Amino acid sequence: MMRMLKAKFSHLFLPVSVMVLLIIINLIKGADYFSISVVNGALYGNIPNILFGASELVILTIGMTLVTAASQGQDISVGVASTITSAVFVMFVLKAGGDVTLFTIAGAFLLSCVAGLLVGAFNGVLVSIFNVQPMVATLILFTGGRSIAFMIDGKLSPILANDISNQIGTVIPGVPIQTPIILTVVFIAIIAVVLKTTNLRLYVESVGINPSAARLNGINPKKIIFLTFLIMGICTAVAGFIAVNKAGRHDSVNLLKLIMMDAILAVAIGGNSLVGGKFSITGSIIGAYTIEVLNRTLLRLEVLSETIPAFKAVFIMILMVVASPVVRAYAGKTIDRVRTWGLFKSVPVSSTLETKKVE
Amino acid sequence: MKSHNKAKFKTRLSNSNLLFVIASGIFVLMYLSAIISFPGSFLQFQTFFDMFSLNAPLIIMTLGLCIVMIGGGIDISIGSVCGLVTMACAVLLESKMGSIWGALLLSVSIGTAFGLLQGYLIAYLEIQPFIITLSGLFLGKGLLTTLHKNPINVTMPEFVSLRDFDIVVPWLGRVNRLGIFIPLEIKPGVIVVVVLVAFFAAFMKWSRFGRNVYAIGGNENSARMLGINVKKTKFITYLICGITAGISGFVFIMTTGAGNIGNAVGFEMKAIASAIIGGTLLNGGVGNLLGAPIGTLTLLIINELIRAGGVQSNYQAIISGLLLYLFIVLQSVVMSMRDKKKLKIALPAWLMGKEKAVN
Repeated sequence: MMRMLKAKFSHLFLPVSVMVLLIIINLIKGADYFSISVVNGALYGNIPNILFGASELVILTIGMTLVTAASQGQDISVGVASTITSAVFVMFVLKAGGDVTLFTIAGAFLLSCVAGLLVGAFNGVLVSIFNVQPMVATLILFTGGRSIAFMIDGKLSPILANDISNQIGTVIPGVPIQTPIILTVVFIAIIAVVLKTTNLRLYVESVGINPSAARLNGINPKKIIFLTFLIMGICTAVAGFIAVNKAGRHDSVNLLKLIMMDAILAVAIGGNSLVGGKFSITGSIIGAYTIEVLNRTLLRLEVLSETIPAFKAVFIMILMVVASPVVRAYAGKTIDRVRTWGLFKSVPVSSTLETKKVE
Repeated sequence: MKSHNKAKFKTRLSNSNLLFVIASGIFVLMYLSAIISFPGSFLQFQTFFDMFSLNAPLIIMTLGLCIVMIGGGIDISIGSVCGLVTMACAVLLESKMGSIWGALLLSVSIGTAFGLLQGYLIAYLEIQPFIITLSGLFLGKGLLTTLHKNPINVTMPEFVSLRDFDIVVPWLGRVNRLGIFIPLEIKPGVIVVVVLVAFFAAFMKWSRFGRNVYAIGGNENSARMLGINVKKTKFITYLICGITAGISGFVFIMTTGAGNIGNAVGFEMKAIASAIIGGTLLNGGVGNLLGAPIGTLTLLIINELIRAGGVQSNYQAIISGLLLYLFIVLQSVVMSMRDKKKLKIALPAWLMGKEKAVN
């Protein structure tokens, strides 16, 4: 039983332990961390806030995991792409005229999904056909994308002033849970069903592990990589939809700024290799929530807002060192030595050096 | 027979040189079109040297990045290291405690520190370069904002005299509209650029280290089997990149004379674009260091042309993004045609004087 559990959940060790560590720090700071209260018929408190705040990040992280697994690189244009798709959404809603109905919102959302697919195709063509590193291919949109969103906007920040958007962004009356959380859960469920019922996971993993071997087995790596970028496009559309409804206005300069960093970090914390291959969506989702907890912890510890990036960067470096293949192999060896009581016979001289140097 | 074989080999252009020739061709074309559209300004030597001196930091940064890219890696922390250096130097010089030599030492040591840390993590702990340098980017940014938030104008007299120092070349001047002869003025940054370009180009071409870097970028496993110390070489490339980023920060503050949060923001993207336009292959192993200044200048001329064409500022980012797209595609097409042996470029016999003598 233990062994089965270990085999099934060993990849979740890293994200869960980081999360537990952060929660312990939070509990030391104040014991009321888990308190939940009901305000106006909706749940409020730290946990709902974390779930609420991380919803876009979770959705983008799912797409990022697939892209990372298949194309052996990361998409850094996710935030910008969400800005473009949400600009399309906002413009359609505002141009529709008359009362904003659920139908308008749905139509606008579908249109923004089309925009997301276009963005995904733009990046996907470069990566799959021209064999460009994903990160550099998406750099193009990263630099030029916000200008495109700005042009679609027409003006600096159009405001979405209607009840339905407001409800999507916050709470539907009578439902105690914030709507973004529900949307995130629905999205996760859809992705889970897709991964369970189709061969997508198998294909993506085989392409990520060895593209030429996958090709010899009849899988077209280019198609699969292109497909992951299309899925990424849908993810950006959904994330942009949630973000813009949350904010209530479309700010093409600041919407989801620097979220690509968090998304990549979430994939890394989730125990996924950043060079492709096997992936775990569950780990990534836990990783995304961990990032949100980290962000809120830094704010709670009253770290200066200017210093937060530096703190986070150091945190990532330490995390990457802990998760790096060299240190992992070394830790495995050490654990084996402890198990066989060989520790007392030969203590390696450099046992503490590798972790010490970095910190 | 031996000599015949050798001659056949020599007449084929290497990939590095081919891409360099293409880059130079594009540069010449761009400059010619600039001269045709704006003969008044682009025909002056002053314009050319101004472009050089105003963007000296970018060229220096691109040099270091090219070395890393030839080795198959990437470094996106350079822009923020440069920004951090400018602010640190400004704080040091404004505190009346340091001298210019102290500032130079400080800038080089900040660059070295970043290079050492990132190089160690990437080369010896085998962590993805992208994620480490991304966190390096945020570390630099966070430290910069923590250090000082408001712009500092350096008023130290010695520094101001250095900032305003010009090298006057009387015989390359130009008579202006009023009939007064204005000599050509060059900023000291140009000298730094020329020295560094010459040094690194020679270093990469003729040193053992340079050849090792090319070998690693071409195929890491083969390089390892050839007995090259892959880890050490990679480490040194990142170290060099860090040091050049530090120097570029010093040159930056030497040209602008002020420390500011916005200094060198987005330079990493510009540097990557310049390196690609200059003929350094993204996948590593191919590139000519002389391409770094040429790529940077090409990018600048394109940007100047767009700006002078009166295009709206939003389109500028989009157009530069599309240009980057075009260049990447061009590179990819040329390289794949080369692999399929469809594109054969051989130097005519009269150019290969030595070979002719042998025959």
